[in-house]
Amino acid sequence: METTNLIWLLPLPPLLAFFIIVLFTNKSNKLSHIVGVSAAALSWAGAMVVFFRALGVDHFGEHPFTDSIPWLPLGDGWLEIGVRIDPLSAAVLFFVGITIFMIFLYSVGYHNFGQPKGDHDKQGLPPHGATVEDEHGHKHTVPSVEPMYARFFAFIGLFAAGMYTLVISDNLLTLFVGWEIMGLCSYLLIGFWFAKKSARNAGIKAFMTTRIGDVFMLLGLAFLYTATGSLSYEVIFSEATLHALAATPAFWGLSAAGAIGLLLFIGAVGKSAQWPLHVWLPDAMEGPTPVSAMIHAATMVSAGVYMTIRIFPLFSAGWDHHTLTPAMSVIAFIGAFTALFAATIAIAQNDVKGVLAYSTISQLGFMMAAIGIGAYVAAAFHLITHAFFKALLFLGSGSVIHGMEHGVLHTGDHSVDPQDMRNMGGLAKKMPITFWTFLIGGFALSGFPIVTAGFWSKDEIFADAFAHHNYTVFIVLAIAAFLTAFYTMRQITMTFLGDAKTPEAEHAHETNWTMTTPLVVLAFFAVTFGWVGIPEDFMNLSLPTNWFHSFVGHTLPHPMAAPEFSWIPLLTSLAVSLGGLGLGYLTYRNFKAGAVDPMRKILGPVYHFIENKYYFDEAYDYLFVKPATWISEVFTNKMDQGVIDGILHSFGAISFSIGSTIRNQFDTPVINRFIGDGSAEVVQIFGRWLRKAQTGRIQQYMLSALGVLFIIFIALYYLVLA
Amino acid sequence: MIPISWYLILAAALFSIGLFGVLARKNAVAILLGVELMLNAVNINLVTFWRYNAPETVTGQVFAIIVFAVAAAEVAVGLALIISIYRNRNTIVADDLDMMKW
Repeated sequence: METTNLIWLLPLPPLLAFFIIVLFTNKSNKLSHIVGVSAAALSWAGAMVVFFRALGVDHFGEHPFTDSIPWLPLGDGWLEIGVRIDPLSAAVLFFVGITIFMIFLYSVGYHNFGQPKGDHDKQGLPPHGATVEDEHGHKHTVPSVEPMYARFFAFIGLFAAGMYTLVISDNLLTLFVGWEIMGLCSYLLIGFWFAKKSARNAGIKAFMTTRIGDVFMLLGLAFLYTATGSLSYEVIFSEATLHALAATPAFWGLSAAGAIGLLLFIGAVGKSAQWPLHVWLPDAMEGPTPVSAMIHAATMVSAGVYMTIRIFPLFSAGWDHHTLTPAMSVIAFIGAFTALFAATIAIAQNDVKGVLAYSTISQLGFMMAAIGIGAYVAAAFHLITHAFFKALLFLGSGSVIHGMEHGVLHTGDHSVDPQDMRNMGGLAKKMPITFWTFLIGGFALSGFPIVTAGFWSKDEIFADAFAHHNYTVFIVLAIAAFLTAFYTMRQITMTFLGDAKTPEAEHAHETNWTMTTPLVVLAFFAVTFGWVGIPEDFMNLSLPTNWFHSFVGHTLPHPMAAPEFSWIPLLTSLAVSLGGLGLGYLTYRNFKAGAVDPMRKILGPVYHFIENKYYFDEAYDYLFVKPATWISEVFTNKMDQGVIDGILHSFGAISFSIGSTIRNQFDTPVINRFIGDGSAEVVQIFGRWLRKAQTGRIQQYMLSALGVLFIIFIALYYLVLA
Repeated sequence: MIPISWYLILAAALFSIGLFGVLARKNAVAILLGVELMLNAVNINLVTFWRYNAPETVTGQVFAIIVFAVAAAEVAVGLALIISIYRNRNTIVADDLDMMKW
């Protein structure tokens, strides 16, 4: 098949899967997951074909796969939409395809396919377990199948379709379409267990928070379209357009290019959960774990970073490679600040997914900071390695939770939270595959030297920051990386090492193959994917060419040179990752059940502050949610019920009084009295009078008839005959 | 030949007697008898006019015979009704049969 046709078809299988499941197969769990997983496999296979064909093209950056069709007729021409796979989107397609496929496969096991229906499971609540009797007559509680199993596959199918649409787009409009499809799906999936109030609220929060970003993004799109008359990458990233935009002043000392870039970036801030719009992402953990992996690793948050990398030429227009443009400084600041800020919160989280949520925010901050300082390739590299190891970590944490839930069902003590790391411990022996893959993912996240992918991508960001003399960003990111290693090791130590802290943890056991296979596959990539981006002058050795840098770097017309090798960033990187890991292990290795967190003793009151996420939720509640509620209430009670309803009610009252006046003054006395009752009374009087003639005596009637006959005869005689 | 007026006077007298019976008697059977007398007065008129005006046809006789037949049928129905009323109400006085009165 023609490559461009194949690219057009990529989002189709999951989209069709969504409709097939919703319309036809929703009654059958088996058919639904077959449809869902095979659609994901098909899209993945297509993505792989496209990716490998892209590798075969010389100077792929100058000759990307593009195709477009006229879509909307406008006043003077057509709005064209199309597909475009250039080195950046090819690389993104690579990880999107594989992670989506793995997550689909994982969901089969995570939602307990093949297990009996729950004893009292309801739609909208997580499954509670089912009681079964074995051949000896013993009763066991086993996990039960998710009540809305088919629906889940429909939703993630739509989600995957949104992500593919976004990646293959050759313009910001269809990118925005895919972006919004994912926004909807994240709402649906975070609130998947809608009978839980917290899940419902989390879904609304995620939707509303990302909506704030999306509104600005839409403004940016409108601005861009007004300024250039196009949203296609081809046009807006052309030298002439960028020059024109960079020369046009907009507001607050920004050029038009910078202003548009920043507006679009605010969209990414919402989508990729950067400070100050990060609040939705931790709450999004209310959804099922594959959703967390889907949102936090493979798709939605990556979409924000992907878009920011995409529009890099816009906000960097006019950059002289020494002083950052204002827009770049803003992005670098937000990214670096978020990286550090979220890393500190992650230290004090006890929910196994909560740690990962904040670590995702922090890692996305790394990427944003990298783009902000112009490290285009490093950001893309970290985006991809992060997608692999974070998907791995989330799926691993899902596996841990699943194992713990098994323990909870075994002991029957439902007061134990299977997500709280303080209840775990010693799981390494119980769940070896999960442990080893989680360890790989965790080490990749911490940037464990040489072997893990996270090391190479993070190292490239450090090297770029250092080489371009952005020392503030460099130091902030180094501290964040240290904290990252620390909380990762804390998590691994609390979860997997030491002794089991609860009987539930003792009875946890390894999950089935549909869950462990994705872990192994992702672990493979979490290690090896880093090797495609090893700088050729690493430690002043002469290594093969940095494939990733030369491939993705050529997405830009003028690829940036890789930073020169320097020992300082490398040593910093080694120190923070190994130091963080070691310190984390030392601090938490003796952590006992029910003991106070060691960091609480060290940090004192600060810990309390961190534990509550710097009170951002509370602050937003006071600043935005409460006033909004207050205004709505004022409007409902005063404006709507008082003024609007008052006007309407007064109309009613006026009509009523006119009506009752007419009734009392005219209808009742005149119409009823004279015409209605009057005519009836007249008839009645006559009737009463006339009925005396009706004696009922036949002879009297005949006599009167005879009398009348006589009168007629006499009349006839005189009138006619005479 | 007897003048036609004699027959007509006889018929008128018979009709008046019948009419009086219908109007004045209370007994339903008597009323029915009055009706029969009136019918027969009509018959006499019919036959008389036929004999004096158009003796070459048989129309008057035929008419009279049809009236006999109707009268016989009427008496049969009328007497049956009266018997039925008597059985139900134990009276055949016309004034007492006032069920339909207001």
